[in-house]
Amino acid sequence: MSDNRLRVEQIEEALDEQLNAIMSARRNARGPAQALARLKRSEQDFVLRWVGVIAKTNAELAYQFALHAPQALTTLDRPGVEDWLIHAMDVYDSNGLYPAVTALEELPDYAAELEARVRGVVFDEVAGVLQLFVQGLSGRELKLESTCGEAYTDTTTLYLPQRLAVFPEQRANFRLYKAMAAHLWAQISYGTYRVARGDATIAIQPLLRLAREFGDPQKALRVFHALETIRLNARLRAELAGLHRDMLELQQSLGELAYPESWNSALGRLQRAEASVEDSYVLLPQLYHAELPTSLCYQGTLFPERVERAMLERLARERSAFTSALARLLQEFKHDRALAPTELLKRLRIEQNAEPTQAQSARFELYVGSQTIVPPLEMQTLMASILQDLGEIPPEYLVAGGDGGYVRNRLIRDPADVWKGVYHEEGALLYNEWDYRRQHYRKNWCVLRELDVHPATEPFVERTLEKYRGLVAHLRKTFEALRGEDKLLRRRNNGDDIDLDATIEAYADMRHGMEMSERVFISRQKLDRNIAVMFMIDMSGSTKGWVNEAERESLVLLCEALEILGDRYAIYGFSGMTRKRCELFRVKGFAEPYANTVKARISGIRPQDYTRMGVIIRHLSRLLNEVDARTKLLLTLSDGKPDDYDGYGGDYGIEDTRQALIEAKQLGIHPFCITIDTEARDYLPHMYGPVNYTLVDKVNKLPLKVADIYRKLTF
Amino acid sequence: MEARIVKSQEYRLKLEPYYRAVANEVELFEAAYKHQLPVLLKGPTGCGKTRFIEHMAWRLQRPLITVACHDDLTASDLVGRYLITGGETVWVDGPLARAVRVGAICYLDEIVEARKDTTVVIHPLADDRRVLPVEKTGELLHATPEFCLTISYNPGYQSVLKDLKQSTRQRFVAIEFAYPEAALEQAIIRHETGVSDDTAVKLVKFAAMTRRLKGSGLDEGASTRLLVHAGKLIAAGVEARAACRGAVAEPLTDDPEMLNAINELSASLF
Repeated sequence: MSDNRLRVEQIEEALDEQLNAIMSARRNARGPAQALARLKRSEQDFVLRWVGVIAKTNAELAYQFALHAPQALTTLDRPGVEDWLIHAMDVYDSNGLYPAVTALEELPDYAAELEARVRGVVFDEVAGVLQLFVQGLSGRELKLESTCGEAYTDTTTLYLPQRLAVFPEQRANFRLYKAMAAHLWAQISYGTYRVARGDATIAIQPLLRLAREFGDPQKALRVFHALETIRLNARLRAELAGLHRDMLELQQSLGELAYPESWNSALGRLQRAEASVEDSYVLLPQLYHAELPTSLCYQGTLFPERVERAMLERLARERSAFTSALARLLQEFKHDRALAPTELLKRLRIEQNAEPTQAQSARFELYVGSQTIVPPLEMQTLMASILQDLGEIPPEYLVAGGDGGYVRNRLIRDPADVWKGVYHEEGALLYNEWDYRRQHYRKNWCVLRELDVHPATEPFVERTLEKYRGLVAHLRKTFEALRGEDKLLRRRNNGDDIDLDATIEAYADMRHGMEMSERVFISRQKLDRNIAVMFMIDMSGSTKGWVNEAERESLVLLCEALEILGDRYAIYGFSGMTRKRCELFRVKGFAEPYANTVKARISGIRPQDYTRMGVIIRHLSRLLNEVDARTKLLLTLSDGKPDDYDGYGGDYGIEDTRQALIEAKQLGIHPFCITIDTEARDYLPHMYGPVNYTLVDKVNKLPLKVADIYRKLTF
Repeated sequence: MEARIVKSQEYRLKLEPYYRAVANEVELFEAAYKHQLPVLLKGPTGCGKTRFIEHMAWRLQRPLITVACHDDLTASDLVGRYLITGGETVWVDGPLARAVRVGAICYLDEIVEARKDTTVVIHPLADDRRVLPVEKTGELLHATPEFCLTISYNPGYQSVLKDLKQSTRQRFVAIEFAYPEAALEQAIIRHETGVSDDTAVKLVKFAAMTRRLKGSGLDEGASTRLLVHAGKLIAAGVEARAACRGAVAEPLTDDPEMLNAINELSASLF
């Protein structure tokens, strides 16, 4: 056995080869090689293989792995090591090298965590349920994210720990998660962060200001948090009794129950139904020097600065949204009356049916004089959200921009900022990407946006129909024949109607003493195609010129054919540059009719940048999956291999695309590719499977072929 | 054997069906009925459309013929067909033809579920002609002034297949139904099930929670009908959480994650 092992020199050589880039006179592979030489051969192979894989991402990370691997193999089993490693690489992807190296170095922590995982609950596992839970509770839309530290909220997002293993059973840990989420939700909903009336212009967190007045702001915050927890729990007990009971049980099992005696009067005051955050502010100086009660397992911590930041951003955004919505509303209102908007505004009053404390169920009515305007739903939601922050709709909000011509400033932002702040939520979708070298997904790696194709006014569709008028006539004929009509099937055992001929015959038979046939019905055979097809059109730079022209012509002819067949179809063009800007251009959605706008968009398809196919396929599969059809087809029109600016070319791109297609197949979607790349045989069979592609070798034949291929595919 | 002849009297409602008006729907329906206009009831499932039409039938003292539409419902199912009885073919009216003859209210529930050809059959009945051509017998049935065609439709379905054609929908006076306001919904639940005020309040809160989840994995939130079911179970002594699970959560979804979330929500209340 021992002969089998790699010797130090061999390992050193292998490492040197992989890690050449970062080796120097002061740092060589000798040290790690010596440690690795003591491992079993299979372990050595395992480590060297992964060093190779990681080195393709980052050599330094690979070196660090080689350093820590022997120890890791003694503490963890092999899947555990892989877990630890992939975790570090995820950290590298999202935060860079230094944190990734730290993640590798935190091996003992990770090992402990792995063990805790058995009894603990991981955020990712429960995030789905909790998200729905909070959405069910909440008025304002809240996001859930994981954090390394304690639970907290910035009033936009609830940050919960990555993992909880406080209790021995999973069920209890899940309940703790739920309690945390509910507590943070209660902070937002019952006004812990509410800005006092009249303060809207300054809009500085009173909490932040107050904490600074005390010698030890942190301590003041803790006292305030304890006070608020009492108040919120009283509210929860009144409104969500079951939840409150759960939370009490959690506290009991951890022995967190009693409050110090000095808190008794505070308890009484905060547990009244009408208690508000003001009471906590009043009580804070009184209890600042008193003994602090134990902090409850689910209460997390307060970060007034983060609340302040999120709130300022939101207040500004909502104020501008509110005033422009108001302007629109008044504009509509003005149509009936001969009143200037300024005049209208002077008479405007807002009435709400609920106290600020019940913001989530508030309803608003706007009055102009004695006239009522019921604001639209989105404005109601907006007002409820403002109410949560400010406790009222401040009078200074009741200004509308002139004749409704209020335009919100549009920010121009750097695509790279996508992971910061809230930019990524504005119409951008994040998708994983498959890294074949790691055999794992890179999480949220690609940013995808759906855009509309800029419609072109040229009469491209008409021109194409004219150019191919012979072919169009032929297509119509073939496809009409294919469509067929409902067929009447006679002499059936059951059906919609009686087949009188058969009945009379049967009747006569019976009269003659023969056995009567049961097949006396006519049934109508439904020719139900029930197909949904998604066309994915390559809009990369390489299609410039006649390929693009041929693609557009093909689409025109296809639409003609599909309109005859009545199949549901959607058309999307794709392009992009780097993973941060993957773009999908909507030409036609499933629900859209083939009307002039769609025709103009087909004319407007123009070559753009690169082809990052995986993310596009993932998104389109998702869209296709939402369509209710028996057969779902994803048809790609392409001119070459997947390629992108940031290393998507070659095997990486092909493997990611293949993985995305496998995912699509798992959703019950049939992918098919029509290509004009003469080298397609080298990679398409691997990506799509040997029978799921067609090569059209002459570009000018494409328009003729595509409709034909579609016919063959679906009949 | 004799052809089954249904007497229109059997379709008369003797007792007043419980119904609480949400807005002006009662007046609107009465006005439409008076002027012989067909009515389209829009709204999510279980919000009281069927109960409303029952109530109106009672109020107007007309027989009510209800047809639950399904995807195999053909035109001849509505109009009528020949059956063979005693060696002869006998024409038997379908529910629609029967309603036209006796001047009843004909209620086609969930019309979009029916096959496309059936929606076309009602077209001549739904405009000012108010006739029903019976192709098989060559008859042209003229509707009496008492006849009223009412259809219901749930616009909440996202499916492109289940949409009402413009040519159909533009023939009707439409009344939109939504879930009742909280206080009214509580009153309805109390009346229908006899649960305590506190339970009714909680059930309505629970419904509001599930309705917020619409679009995030739920196609519809809990309807008033489901709340009534839950209330009845609770009144019959079933533990509240179990009742919510059985009567609300499980009927709403099969998705385990969503089920979990809904159960957590009901557990938060009870």
